[in-house]
Amino acid sequence: MNAPVTARLRRAALVGNPNAGKSALFNALTGARQKIANYPGVTVERKAGRLVLPSGETVELIDLPGSYSFDTTSPDEEVTRAMVHGEFAGEAAPDVMVVVLDAANLEQHLVFAQEVIELGRPTVVALNMVDLAERDGLTLDPDALAQALGTPVVPTVAVRRRGLVELTNAIDQAEARAAREPDVHPRPHITLPERRLAAHNIAAAAILSESATRRLHAGLDKILLHPWLGPPILFALLFVIFQAVFAWATPFADGLEALAGWLAEFVTDILPAGLIRNFLTEAVIAGVGGVVVFLPQIIILFAFILVMEATGYMARAAFIMDRLMASVGLSGRSFIPLLSSFACAIPGIMATRSIADPKDRLTTILIAPLMTCSARLPVYGVVIAAVIPNSKVWGLIGLQGLVLFGLYIAGIVGAMVMALVLRRSVTKGAASGFIMELPRYQMPRLRDLAIGLWQRAWVFLRRAGTIIFAATVVLWLLLTFPQAEQGESQLDASFAGKIASGLQVGFEPIGFNREMTLALVPAMAAREVAVSSLATTYAVDSDDDAKTEAALRGQIAARWGLPTALAFLAWFVFAPQCLSTIAVARRETNGWKWPAFMLAYLFALAYIFAGITYWSAVALGL
Amino acid sequence: MKLEALERGKRAQIVAVNWDAIAPEEGKRLRALGLDEGARIAIAHRGIFGGRDPIAVIIGRMTIAIRRIHAAAMEVDPL
Repeated sequence: MNAPVTARLRRAALVGNPNAGKSALFNALTGARQKIANYPGVTVERKAGRLVLPSGETVELIDLPGSYSFDTTSPDEEVTRAMVHGEFAGEAAPDVMVVVLDAANLEQHLVFAQEVIELGRPTVVALNMVDLAERDGLTLDPDALAQALGTPVVPTVAVRRRGLVELTNAIDQAEARAAREPDVHPRPHITLPERRLAAHNIAAAAILSESATRRLHAGLDKILLHPWLGPPILFALLFVIFQAVFAWATPFADGLEALAGWLAEFVTDILPAGLIRNFLTEAVIAGVGGVVVFLPQIIILFAFILVMEATGYMARAAFIMDRLMASVGLSGRSFIPLLSSFACAIPGIMATRSIADPKDRLTTILIAPLMTCSARLPVYGVVIAAVIPNSKVWGLIGLQGLVLFGLYIAGIVGAMVMALVLRRSVTKGAASGFIMELPRYQMPRLRDLAIGLWQRAWVFLRRAGTIIFAATVVLWLLLTFPQAEQGESQLDASFAGKIASGLQVGFEPIGFNREMTLALVPAMAAREVAVSSLATTYAVDSDDDAKTEAALRGQIAARWGLPTALAFLAWFVFAPQCLSTIAVARRETNGWKWPAFMLAYLFALAYIFAGITYWSAVALGL
Repeated sequence: MKLEALERGKRAQIVAVNWDAIAPEEGKRLRALGLDEGARIAIAHRGIFGGRDPIAVIIGRMTIAIRRIHAAAMEVDPL
């Protein structure tokens, strides 16, 4: 029996400047049939999907990172260059190039487009966002453009699905066409100024008429980038985002927690008591569930971030923040990853990929864990509720809320100071610049937002199922073996307990008791595990988290002195112990050197500041 | 005059760029964006803090944020 020889899937690649609407076109062409992975050796996302051609053939469509040139200046652009030139191991060069142009920005976008066309591959040009160009008062002649470029030109409006059929047809026929008309337009290698001049002439020939532009975005920028109005508007928006992340997510997080509790009970009911049952309830459900609970917060934060990006406001936020970031040696580009890090440092560290300067990027990765991530919130919440009186300052501001706010500020100030120190020492280099296109404002499309959110959520869940799961299993094993003798506490008997006793020598000077030290061990997997670990240690027998917290609060209030509790809070401001963050930092920096450095400096800071807090509190007689 | 000193809203043409004053990678990016000799530009916005940095420059139909240090290296003639 002869199996049919499966021909290699042909590939088409979308290339173009950033902000040409490539991703929207990619979403429109492939729908949900997408696959996100990483390029080998680098951490730029590889987005690929299936596209069915009119001939019935399926091709792989790849969405390459936006580039201004093959003379690359960032890791993203380097991926595009290497992919197009077929230099990635295991990645054949694309068979068809689909150049995406912003119709309203022809003169600028034609510079890179010429570079792509000069490669001499079968090429199709998508003249995208023609509706916005029309709104801007531009009338374009696609035929004139096709004539000048020597490639088919298809006008498209990705978000309204206009021109998609024509574009798919053109992709289908691109190779046959190239074979039929070899080198109609021989393309010598020309220089950048020549290309720019050509772009100017081609654009001028393709623009039939240009009325006075009435640009909505210029008006919006007058307000949003206004020297005095812009910053307050940004800060008000950030305030709303934080409010949303912490308030709106609560019912969903509670729901997930209830679900985890129900699952644990279900497992307890159907399985006999024993190691397997404990493994499922303690390691799998409690461990992984404890992290999955943060999914609603991450989704809400990313919804805001995606909307800010899709509308074009994110670039304005970077513009406004640039000067502040420059004062510590960073640029406005670092603002976006640092904002993400308030939900979780993992997506924050991944978002540093768009930073062109390597030293800048490294510094941002190193300080991202100082942004108070949502996993620290349960720890803060339970300790603050236990030791800080619920009184009002000046009769209106809650003292507990004020302390929480202070912890966030401490993290931000710590990050800024660290950036300053790092930029003058280990990541020393020329002051980084800030060069960024401010794209036109656009209404975000619900469909694109939904696809983006789904992808973020999936990446997060996949991580919870792999790295976090593995770490939890290891810690569970350490906590479970060797098994305790009769009358001995399991924690005392376990390896984890022995480790904690050993560590206690080091932590005693800064006021930590043994239960706290013990809690730090499983908190390596996820910081919030410190809470459940403390609860277990204090033998609070309850499955319900709300009850656990309330009971734990009483235990902490009774057993911890105020200096000890404050030292614990100070520790968690710097808290180096999240394995997933370390793992992501290792992947993003391609080695163990920087994650090790990050771990060491965060640990040192946490120790020093917890110590200072404890000693000063004791000295003040608190 | 230097681009840095150009009044907001006034149009000008870049006549010379001192590329030595700009980091090589950044120079590449500026040229890729079209900020080079001969480009017609205008300043759309300036930041608020210290020295009114960064600067948003309009070139063609694009708006590009650059730092003052870049603008200081660009010689412009008002149009």
